[in-house]
Amino acid sequence: MTEEMIGKSVKRVKALEKVTGNATFVHDMEVQGMLHAKMKLSPHAHAKIVNIDTSEAERLPGVWSVLTGKDLPYKVGLYLVDKDILAVDKVRYQGEPVAAVAAETEEIASKAIELIEVEYEELDYVLDVKEAAKEDAPLVHEDLDELERAPVFFPKEGTNIAHHTKIRKGDIGQGFKEADYIIENEFELPMVDHTAMETHTSIAQWLPGKKVKIWSSAQSPFAVRNLLANGLSLNHQDIEVNVPYVGGGFGGKAGIHFEPLVTCLSRASEGRPVKIVMSRMEEFNSVPVRQGLYSKLKTGVTKDGDIVAQETEFLWDSGANADYGVNVTRAAATAGAGPYEIDNVKLDSKTVYTNKIFGTAYRGFGHLEILWAVERQMDLIADELGMSPYEFRMKNALRRGSETITGEHIGESHGKITECLEAVADEIGFDDRSSDDLAENEKRGKGIALLHKAPAMPTNTGTAAFLKFNENGTVDLTLSLVDYGQGTYTALAQIVADQLDMPIDKINVVWEQNTQMQPYDWQTVASKGLFMSGNATIKACEDMKRQMKEVASQPLRASVEDLIIEDEKVKIRHHKDQYVTFEELAMGYTYPNGNGIGGPLVARGNYIAQGLSDIDPETGQGHPALDWTYGAHAVEVIVNEETGEFRVEKIASAFDLGKVINKKNVIGQIQGGVIQGYGSAVMEHYQFSDEGRLLTNTFTDYKVPTIADIPELKPILIENAQKDGPYGARGVAEHPMISVPPAVANAVQDAIGIKLKEMPVIPEKVYELIEENKDN
Amino acid sequence: MRTIELTVNDRVHKLDVKENDILLDVLRKKLNLTGAKEGCGEGECGACTVIMDGEAVTSCLILAVEADGSEIETIEGQSIGEEISDIQEAFIEENAIQCGFCTPGMVMTTKALLDENPNPSDEEIDIALSGNICRCTGYYSIRDAVKSAAEKKGGNK
Ligand code: FES
Ligand code: FES
Repeated sequence: MTEEMIGKSVKRVKALEKVTGNATFVHDMEVQGMLHAKMKLSPHAHAKIVNIDTSEAERLPGVWSVLTGKDLPYKVGLYLVDKDILAVDKVRYQGEPVAAVAAETEEIASKAIELIEVEYEELDYVLDVKEAAKEDAPLVHEDLDELERAPVFFPKEGTNIAHHTKIRKGDIGQGFKEADYIIENEFELPMVDHTAMETHTSIAQWLPGKKVKIWSSAQSPFAVRNLLANGLSLNHQDIEVNVPYVGGGFGGKAGIHFEPLVTCLSRASEGRPVKIVMSRMEEFNSVPVRQGLYSKLKTGVTKDGDIVAQETEFLWDSGANADYGVNVTRAAATAGAGPYEIDNVKLDSKTVYTNKIFGTAYRGFGHLEILWAVERQMDLIADELGMSPYEFRMKNALRRGSETITGEHIGESHGKITECLEAVADEIGFDDRSSDDLAENEKRGKGIALLHKAPAMPTNTGTAAFLKFNENGTVDLTLSLVDYGQGTYTALAQIVADQLDMPIDKINVVWEQNTQMQPYDWQTVASKGLFMSGNATIKACEDMKRQMKEVASQPLRASVEDLIIEDEKVKIRHHKDQYVTFEELAMGYTYPNGNGIGGPLVARGNYIAQGLSDIDPETGQGHPALDWTYGAHAVEVIVNEETGEFRVEKIASAFDLGKVINKKNVIGQIQGGVIQGYGSAVMEHYQFSDEGRLLTNTFTDYKVPTIADIPELKPILIENAQKDGPYGARGVAEHPMISVPPAVANAVQDAIGIKLKEMPVIPEKVYELIEENKDN
Repeated sequence: MRTIELTVNDRVHKLDVKENDILLDVLRKKLNLTGAKEGCGEGECGACTVIMDGEAVTSCLILAVEADGSEIETIEGQSIGEEISDIQEAFIEENAIQCGFCTPGMVMTTKALLDENPNPSDEEIDIALSGNICRCTGYYSIRDAVKSAAEKKGGNK
């Protein structure tokens, strides 16, 4: 038996290529004859395009093509197809591309962009999500009825509401009657940026016969292909999407981005390949972000601390497009009460257009946002009841037998949030508030927040994997899930090694993705990668083992049932010295006399989400969740009660991830996620001028955590197996960042009693609330 | 146009550059050394870090003409054939790499630090690396890698 593979910290696949600078990102690629693209961006939040004069730009030597929205009568999108490639007739946010140029050098392209004259007529604009949701708000999209959309979304013509998800459970009126206390609060959080270190980069080459070849820093090669085919009316087969190394994604590279633009530029440039690279400033201004959220929660509790009713309104600040935003709104709504059992729920979650950069998926897919509100509300209620936030959560948390707000039952296969809660409370010493070591005016506080999330994806999401043997008995695994840092390929290599009983260094997960070569995967999102591709890979291994046994049974003169796979060999179960090696089978078995049987070994496996159903449009009842991953954070903070300055001393984070496949990698993923959540919690936020101009568009103004900012962190891994997960594993990619912000704010409240309701938690805001409290 | 001389990873290059050419672009486009990355182009992320005359510098902020006559080390010079440096080894062992985009810059900053201070404290590591953004790892593994590299090199005992 080869050594135990599952749970082991084997070294990350392709680490050598990355550490030596040999990993090639699209950022690094050049294609023979390549031109460079630049975009002209709108300076206005909302304006009619009266005229665009491109004549001077076109005359500039070295310019191959200039395009404006008029040349591109296409809409592109996934869920609500509302995105222009370049603005048509009007601009809807500052930073929206209105024209683009392809030229021989970046310098010429930039020069040409300067020569383009755009005449605008400014329109009334709306930046605030609550204003935008009103009947008389300026309209961001006038044609909502005409937009193509997935059938589960319901835009409201004549308003800025791109979608409305309703969840109705129990009898909300009755629920509030049973309550001894009713607690109402409003919460807000701003837009933030993914800031993957590789900015969005794409190359496209238009080829004769309406074919396209693309290289892109994308999370999901097949989604790019599908959406490009649909948007530009091309044949799927004629589009080849290549994804090499990708420098981080975090949801920001899901769906489709600048691929259609470079495709059209290449078509207009006689088929010369065209590359576009977002500058960091463009990345902030013109590439989608995490949506802002306004929440209003009204919760009814009994004096014993039972939550009996909750009425919730979420208004998602989706910015100028809602293609992805509508699905964030929907998915997060299904988790919108938090990980608690509440019998009576009325929840309304609305995607609202505003004149700002638009929203998309970001690690956590709406859950960090809603849980900011829910987990703050829990502490505000506990405070009102005079109950410990720990006890209050323990009492109401979902457990086996509970029913979620969409009517799903928490069963055998689900994780245990109560174990996560216990673990972090223990780790942080939740009851200990000793203060001997503190300086004057300093107060110690401890806060807890829970989290849950299930993959948000179509009910029939599918994926597939191929395995093939090489001549020397090594194996290649091919699939279209992209590993842009998560470590999934390493886990999948471990699974193959375990299934086929082979050394890990004989498994190669084919790195670069190509839609012509690899089998289909819907998208690399939703923390579904290891779960779904892991299951597909296991099925491929089973297929491979079956084939090897069938061939080996002939020279071994034994029936298939009597054969086992062990140590890179097919052996007779009770006569293990009689075997055929994988290497002998790899290209087909050859008898001593030269006869060949079998043939080169190839195997396949696939997996489709099972048992999911769409939610009812009126009640939200249905089965949207493939698996729920639960977790909890506890935070210790020291706050200066005079100045509002604070430092986070420690974070403890526990997740019920079912089964650890690679310990070091999952801990790395948790560390990275928690620190991203920490960035959201204490520093990151988009700020706009009154005219809707983005003020935070460099790393100088938009701070993200550095190595000097990180608090002590203790990751805790809890393993209650997911019955249908590979080896019992469930996804945990997004979860580490969810609920870090409320855990920090809850700790600050615990320390000095102030009630933060707005993210991020920054000393200025803490100070303001301290002063307010003094005035009262 | 001006002709400059750069010694990059011990190899001497004579190059014709424009006055406003950026060192990072010259390395990436003229010398095909694409290990150093552009993460921001404004000196704020460290992805473009190389070592110039012994100091870690953000090469996106340096004009090629300013680098005339200097000795430059890039990530490509850190490994010889199959042999990688202690620092690189430590980055792999400590799992200090996720997407890998920040990694070349991190390794070069670490090299400059350990060349100068073979035995850095946590705080010194944090100061040295605080100009390098990594959005994936949360930095804990990177800090561990720097420490373990220092140990391998004989410091930090
Ligand atoms: S690219 Fe030079 S510091 Fe970011
Ligand atoms: S590993 Fe991705 S940015 Fe550092």
